[in-house]
Amino acid sequence: MTKAYLALADGTVYEGEAFGADGERAGEVVFTTPMAGYQEVATDPSYRGQIVCMTYPLIGNYGVNALDAEAARVHVEGFVVREYTARPSSWRAEGSFGDYLRRHGVPGIQGIDTRALTRKLRTVGTMPGILSTTADDPAALVARARALPGMSGQDLVTGLGPEAPVEFDEPDGLGPYPPARRHVVAYDLGMKTSILRQLRRAGCRVTVVGPRTTADEVLRLDPDGVFLSNGPGDPAAVPGIAEEVRRLVEARPIFGICLGHQILARAFGARTYKLKFGHRGVNQPVKDLATGRVEITTHNHGFAVDPQSLPDDVTVTHVNLNDRTCEGLAHRRLPVFSVQYHPEAAAGPHDARYLFERFMKAMER
Amino acid sequence: MPKRTDIRSILLIGSGPIVIGQACEFDYSGTQACKALREEGYRVILVNSNPATIMTDPEFADRTYIEPLTVEMVAKVIEAERPDALLPTLGGQTALNLAVRLAETGILDRYGVKLIGASIEAIQKAENRQRFKDAMSRIGLAVPASGICHSLQEARELLAIVGLPAIIRPSFTLGGTGGGVVETREEFEAKVAWGLSASPTHEVLIEQSIAGWKEFELEVMRDQADNVVVICSIENFDPMGVHTGDSITVAPIQTLSDREYQRMRDAAIAIIREIGVDTGGSNIQFAVNPANGDMVVIEMNPRVSRSSALASKATGYPIAKIAAKLAVGYRLDELTNDITGTTSACFEPTLDYVVVKVPRFAFEKFPAADPTLGPSMKSVGEVMAIGRTFKEAFQKALRSLENGRTGLDPRYTDVDEIRRKLRTPTDERPWLIADAMRQGISIDELHELTRIDRWFLDQIAEILDMEGRLAQAGKWGLSPELLRAAKREGFSDAAIARLTGLSGADVRARRLEAGIRPTYKMVDTCAAEFEARTPYLYSTYESEDEAPPTGRRKVVILGSGPNRIGQGIEFDYCCVHGVLALREAGFETIMVNCNPETVSTDYDTSDRLYFEPLTLEDVLEILDRERPEGVILQFGGQTPLKLAKALEAHGVPVWGTSPEAIDIAEDRERFRTLIEELGLRQPPSGAARTAAEAEAIAERLGFPLLLRPSYVLGGRAMEIVPGLPKLQDYMQRALSEAVDRPVLPILVDKYLESAIEVDVDAVADGEDVLIGGVLEHIEEAGVHSGDAACSLPPHSLPEPIVETLMAQTRALARALRVVGLINVQFAVQGGTVYVLEVNPRASRTVPFVAKATGRPLAKLAARVMAGERLRDLTGGAFAPRPTGMVAVKEAVLPFARFSGVDVLLGPEMKSTGEVMGLAPTFEAAFAKAQAGAGPGLPIGGRAFLSVRDVDKGAIVSIGKSLYDMGFELIATRGTAAALAAAGLPVERINKVLEGPPHIVGAIEAGQVALVINTTEGDRSIADSYTIRRSALLFQVPYFTTIAGARAAVSAIGALRRGELAVRPLQDIPVA
Ligand SMILES: Nc1ncnc2c1ncn2[C@@H]1O[C@H](COP(=O)(O)OP(=O)(O)O)[C@@H](O)[C@H]1O
Ligand SMILES: Nc1ncnc2c1ncn2[C@@H]1O[C@H](COP(=O)(O)OP(=O)(O)O)[C@@H](O)[C@H]1O
Ligand SMILES: [Mg+2]
Ligand SMILES: [Mg+2]
Repeated sequence: MTKAYLALADGTVYEGEAFGADGERAGEVVFTTPMAGYQEVATDPSYRGQIVCMTYPLIGNYGVNALDAEAARVHVEGFVVREYTARPSSWRAEGSFGDYLRRHGVPGIQGIDTRALTRKLRTVGTMPGILSTTADDPAALVARARALPGMSGQDLVTGLGPEAPVEFDEPDGLGPYPPARRHVVAYDLGMKTSILRQLRRAGCRVTVVGPRTTADEVLRLDPDGVFLSNGPGDPAAVPGIAEEVRRLVEARPIFGICLGHQILARAFGARTYKLKFGHRGVNQPVKDLATGRVEITTHNHGFAVDPQSLPDDVTVTHVNLNDRTCEGLAHRRLPVFSVQYHPEAAAGPHDARYLFERFMKAMER
Repeated sequence: MPKRTDIRSILLIGSGPIVIGQACEFDYSGTQACKALREEGYRVILVNSNPATIMTDPEFADRTYIEPLTVEMVAKVIEAERPDALLPTLGGQTALNLAVRLAETGILDRYGVKLIGASIEAIQKAENRQRFKDAMSRIGLAVPASGICHSLQEARELLAIVGLPAIIRPSFTLGGTGGGVVETREEFEAKVAWGLSASPTHEVLIEQSIAGWKEFELEVMRDQADNVVVICSIENFDPMGVHTGDSITVAPIQTLSDREYQRMRDAAIAIIREIGVDTGGSNIQFAVNPANGDMVVIEMNPRVSRSSALASKATGYPIAKIAAKLAVGYRLDELTNDITGTTSACFEPTLDYVVVKVPRFAFEKFPAADPTLGPSMKSVGEVMAIGRTFKEAFQKALRSLENGRTGLDPRYTDVDEIRRKLRTPTDERPWLIADAMRQGISIDELHELTRIDRWFLDQIAEILDMEGRLAQAGKWGLSPELLRAAKREGFSDAAIARLTGLSGADVRARRLEAGIRPTYKMVDTCAAEFEARTPYLYSTYESEDEAPPTGRRKVVILGSGPNRIGQGIEFDYCCVHGVLALREAGFETIMVNCNPETVSTDYDTSDRLYFEPLTLEDVLEILDRERPEGVILQFGGQTPLKLAKALEAHGVPVWGTSPEAIDIAEDRERFRTLIEELGLRQPPSGAARTAAEAEAIAERLGFPLLLRPSYVLGGRAMEIVPGLPKLQDYMQRALSEAVDRPVLPILVDKYLESAIEVDVDAVADGEDVLIGGVLEHIEEAGVHSGDAACSLPPHSLPEPIVETLMAQTRALARALRVVGLINVQFAVQGGTVYVLEVNPRASRTVPFVAKATGRPLAKLAARVMAGERLRDLTGGAFAPRPTGMVAVKEAVLPFARFSGVDVLLGPEMKSTGEVMGLAPTFEAAFAKAQAGAGPGLPIGGRAFLSVRDVDKGAIVSIGKSLYDMGFELIATRGTAAALAAAGLPVERINKVLEGPPHIVGAIEAGQVALVINTTEGDRSIADSYTIRRSALLFQVPYFTTIAGARAAVSAIGALRRGELAVRPLQDIPVA
């Protein structure tokens, strides 16, 4: 058994047992509350720069498999759990979660009071921390954690996404996709694979482009619509993209998710701000203000759009029932809309998948 | 949309008596619903036949009817109250079935009563197996291959399609009564026949067996705007084939990936929509093929269920309360999550702990019953435990069971025996798995034998690894680190003691010295994402404690643990009353209990709830931190009382009657001395540790005798012994069972024949004694007081005897310095009063007496324990309160669940629940009690009489009354001769052994309306067994005692005169 430490910028040190890879990683420490879906969490690029604490205590139970990965690699900086199970049991398991983390060079810590950690993050707010399986001086770790920058102002998007446009055609495990009726160019700001799969299922051909792609380059690909993906970090810190999006708004139907939603809002001139501890989980109630229906949705965001700062021709379409934050917006005239949450789910409920249909309809008009 | 204003009054139907498959969870849901609806300003009318429920307390509804849950009686309530709506989804299968019948008979239409919660259409779509199957295929969901049949012939045709093994399940039965997996053609035929008779619609589903697949449940809520949320997911440790009620279950699901879980969630939502449950909770069960993930739907319950109660306790989400609000028109997003007070109720709870439920069985009560677990439920209760890991929660649950084990205690060592026993699922399975692992049987083989998922088996293997480390460390090597690691895996101090060779006290001392104490965490629905304001707590060994005690004046009330025969809802009722009374008196009330079915474990019953095992260790940890002013033990039955001495030794302030006095009452010798000092009488008795001693006592007292082991509740292992051979047999069995325990003496009493048994319930404050009620049993002494019917006030005892009984009760209460409740059981034999036993604690009859007299005995007891005087609380009224009504209690017995078990009553308690009949006369009250407890009494038809010789005289007058009321009499030879000799026309019918046409054939053919059958002696008991058994299965009312038969005959008279009227508790005058 190897010792591991999680040191927080406020001086707290949790001592536990290492699993996954050996090493030391720094990041903003956040918690997320789904009871399954640890592999999806670990591979979600939106968690770049973050050490993730799973509030559900038992992790690893059903192992990992290729289909459940949201990206080709593990994006979290470190994984914090109460009890890791090395022997998975599932017909789907292709290996254990610990081995998976090890292969991707990501350390994990288990055996700590994750509820205490969560309560701290809830009351004090998320904060930088270091997860180490190699350190033997926790005090030094704390000192280094204190020196870490906060998440605000961090651009974690640059460098993600493909160099050149690529077409997406990976299977989703549910048989052949329907024939493509529309062409979507998707900005990959750290996109989850499930989004691409959902776009394909909805009947789109999808060309994926990197965050530095200009509006002109997008239009040259002749899309019927443009998609703005989720991704990590502070939306205000991603250079240049809001301007490009502003130019696309009048040109094509646009659909944004999560970071894509925040960037769309910024393109409209709205403000984004950091939440105390964010929304991360798969049980957040979101109300569609047009229909009155409530969707149970997947969330993973530390920043939010300030609805007060939206211009008059943009309306709030969805709100969070717990804290009334803005969960979706739409342009009054143009077929341009976005949501803060994750209709592709994975992990999480499928209640909001209709949004992909809505995007399809917008392109078909 | 806010609540409906087109309805003002709502009728709520309870679930009736506690039976296997339907226990106090429906009191919990009904109570929540009553509160929720009244909070909204509706007039609530409640009908339930079960007096031991909190919901039938007159404060919980505007109009409370304790009446049989029959169409006729509920129709009378509807006629009297004219409710606008009927909410049928909170009273279990009973309420749902009754609602369907009220609709079908046109009663709802006639009085303009709207069904809310679920429509008849939805109920039938969910409950009718064929319609459900069709609905599932419409939405593209798979169900096991199956078909419906109404006859054996049809069944045989179906078998060709379904194949063997198959599962046979009758429609519309509770907890799967009559169901079973069959492997051979013979089994198939027998099961189908049984199923056809057990189903009220004589309909049986024959289904492809998928035993061994993984079984799951989802608890789903829907509002009228079609918002749907899943409140809780549950995984069964025991795979398909073992009823979920009998399975160990775990929340949340452990072994499904999100992808698989979401598929199930999608299916659940599609199902609730397709079935059309408008609002409220539903329980949906799924099976998943472990080899490839194929998923099939097993069933849906369009109502709040046992699993909903579990899900509510497991998550903190009040399903029943929210269901009630949705039924009156609210939408989920208009309601707040009570636990946080700030967030929406329209969400899906997420857990940061693991919940394990383990059922509790009562096979020891029914030695003839088959303990194999199958698709028909057999457990009588359950415990739930919460921990941060499965291992911790599982071990906490095991020690909560109170079966004398400290965890996974070893039992078997013979590998072949273990393998053989593991092949069929029984209540011993968790321990057998551990034994198997200790003997080196691999997880793969165990998985082959049990089909239990390897994940669970691995977890048990990890527990055993720790067990090995502890055993290896032993007394000297037990380091604080190892101790802490063991505590984190849920090992009790007692288990660590067993493994290391230390004493429990040593382990505790070392633990305290090393500062290894539990921390307490909250059940908050949201994994700490939001702040919770309800202190619903569980212990775990972590770093942060998040619920420091308050500085208020406080009292801890210890609950009664899992339901079992002899200790059920009545004790939970008393605990809840204790809480309510002391809250009123300004105390902070702290409840400790581990039974998820109960009202006491509702987070808003007490100020603080500790969902914890009731072992000395767990209780002491709570008391150490809370430091209450007092601890109340006397409400929770034997469970807390067992701890009395130890708690006192730890300096805990035990409130009420002293542990010393409890000991006097329970210790034969000390009790005898007390009785002598008071100049009272007891049946002559002795105590024997050997067969020879027993025979000497028999010599002295003469037969018949009554034998029992020391310290028992519910008359466990008690037998009436008519002669020497039986005595020797009993002693041999008793002594062989006691091999690994110190031999406690066997108690030998003279059995008082033909004596009238009486219960007296009272409250005392050390000086004054208030007699709550005197309950005269219908059956004579020898039928356990828990199984006997009884009448309050006494229906035949002369006044001076009643006075004597009250005086003796007062004397006993004073002598024992009882502070709180006391129950005394007497036998009156020809004018002589004998004291059978004294229970200086809550008794099973406390709620019954409270309902019958309008006097809240348990609340008074709680206030008295807190130091108040009865004089001040009652204004000096110490006699039973006359109401002008007679209340009759009748017991409900679980015999139908256990094939092969005789229905005869004896000194060992077997009933699971009770009903109350309330009427101005004894006859009418008895008739109501019969209708509430079973098929009800006939007003005509053929009465079958067959009695033992000593009853031949008595049967003549019974036969005459029946004949005069127009019954035809049929009887076996001897009885027929007795009746004929008295000039009664009677038809002789064969016993089974005499060949057809015989009585059992007549019962099965529906030609018999009433069975009166008394018997004695092994031979004739065996001969007549099938008569009683077939009466039971074909729902023919039967009486096995002359006293019961007499009461029945008089009640039939009342029925024929049409004397059954309904009256709410609120209208019964209280003097
Ligand atoms: N086709 C089947 N094959 C094997 N076991 C089954 C099958 N259907 C049901 N069971 C078992 O029987 C139990 C009871 O069945 P269920 O339909 O849930 O009835 P109930 O109304 O009694 O809950 C289930 O919990 C399950 O373990
Ligand atoms: N001496 C006796 N003669 C006749 N019946 C008795 C006698 N003692 C006990 N019984 C019967 O046995 C039942 C159980 O005995 P009791 O002492 O009350 O045990 P428990 O603690 O189980 O209530 C009583 O309700 C009564 O019917
Ligand atoms: Mg079921
Ligand atoms: Mg008794």
